[in-house]
Amino acid sequence: MGNNRRVRVMVAKPGLDGHDRGARIIARAYRDAGFEVVYSGLHQTPEEIVEAAIQEDVDMIGLSSLAGAHKYLFPRTVELLREKSAEDIVVCGGGIIPEDDIPPLKEAGIKEIFTPGTALDDIVKWVKENVKPR
Amino acid sequence: MTDVAEKIVNGDVRAVARLIRDIDDGMPGVRQVLKELYPSTGNAYILGITGAPGVGKSTLVDQMVSHLRKRDKTVGVLAVDPTSPFSGGAILGDRVRMQRHSMDEGVFIRSLATRGHFGGLTQSTRSAIDVFDAMGKDYIIVETVGVGQDEVDVVKSAHTTIITVIPGMGDDIQAIKAGILEVGDIFLINKADREGTDKTLSDLRLMINMDHKKYEEGNWKPPILKAQAVFDKGVKELLEEIDKHRKHLTEHCGGWQVRRREDKVRQELGDMIKSRLIEEVLGKITETGDFDEAVNSIVEGKTDPYTACDKLVLPAIGVSTG
Repeated sequence: MGNNRRVRVMVAKPGLDGHDRGARIIARAYRDAGFEVVYSGLHQTPEEIVEAAIQEDVDMIGLSSLAGAHKYLFPRTVELLREKSAEDIVVCGGGIIPEDDIPPLKEAGIKEIFTPGTALDDIVKWVKENVKPR
Repeated sequence: MTDVAEKIVNGDVRAVARLIRDIDDGMPGVRQVLKELYPSTGNAYILGITGAPGVGKSTLVDQMVSHLRKRDKTVGVLAVDPTSPFSGGAILGDRVRMQRHSMDEGVFIRSLATRGHFGGLTQSTRSAIDVFDAMGKDYIIVETVGVGQDEVDVVKSAHTTIITVIPGMGDDIQAIKAGILEVGDIFLINKADREGTDKTLSDLRLMINMDHKKYEEGNWKPPILKAQAVFDKGVKELLEEIDKHRKHLTEHCGGWQVRRREDKVRQELGDMIKSRLIEEVLGKITETGDFDEAVNSIVEGKTDPYTACDKLVLPAIGVSTG
């Protein structure tokens, strides 16, 4: 069989935040980079996101939050992945994230945080360097 | 039995997720696992859902899953979305409509991209169906955009194929008539609160009735249903028609395990040989560089594609070029 590992990522919107334009633009950029992108839709709990990510066997979950609940939702996602022995799935995040919140999020296991103004090319480049299909 | 096969039969979610990916990516070792799983397959009832983009297939599948869960049946969903021919990437969005089932252990939803490889969609989707089957799912729903031969072939693997249309797409029915309409066991007009529903209904009825001789001989006559999937209207009736079709297969077609019936086996094995041959031959000549060399020769005008093809293919399948 033609061995052809493709990067699979999930773009997810946790919590009650209803703004997904950013998430959809990121999804599009990932598609154009040749990734297979599973989009979760709005209003997902970390539990739902983790379950879906496992069923879809993605290499990375990109969380998008613009409503301020990232300090709970992002670390909770990482915690659930650990509980399910799926910590090999990389978690990154983006959105309206205050500068001061970034170090504790990284400490909690979120590998990178992208704030407004980050170029799409830089995000794609980061994924290519940090997320290897397993 | 390998570890992986055993985990699949025991319903291990991560193992299933990984195996389906390995199938899609063509990883070595997959075939061995599938061989071992085959005896555990043949028990699931497979539903194929197809129709043009935007007719509401994913919403319909979501509602069907709810109804099947109320009957205490476990469900596997394979949702196919197109791969971008330019980047090779894909946005798999069918899941958005089905997310309320993600915490339900009786439901496994998997998105697949068409990837555009030669005959590969048919093969990898069928293998993914086998994996869900072996893990013990009662029903497997395959959702695909009804364009392209590959996708028609996929729904042919189903026991019951449902063609979804919406009102006001008369030309659309024309467009899919030749290919996919022939494989429909049930027709569903979704968004049936819209203008033009009755016109679409009579168009479909006319088309189906043209085959009246077939039905007089006792063949299944495809029913036409109206639905509004988003409000869960008409979905219960759809499930009832599926039951009737299943009963029909049991009574008239030698049992609903049609995937083991001679004509289905013949077709599936034929498809499998085709995609295997392509894989082996194309894989080999690409690896050795012979393929690129032939391309260059044709571009430079040194040879013609017919001669080049003979030279590449015949030795690869053990036939002398003469």
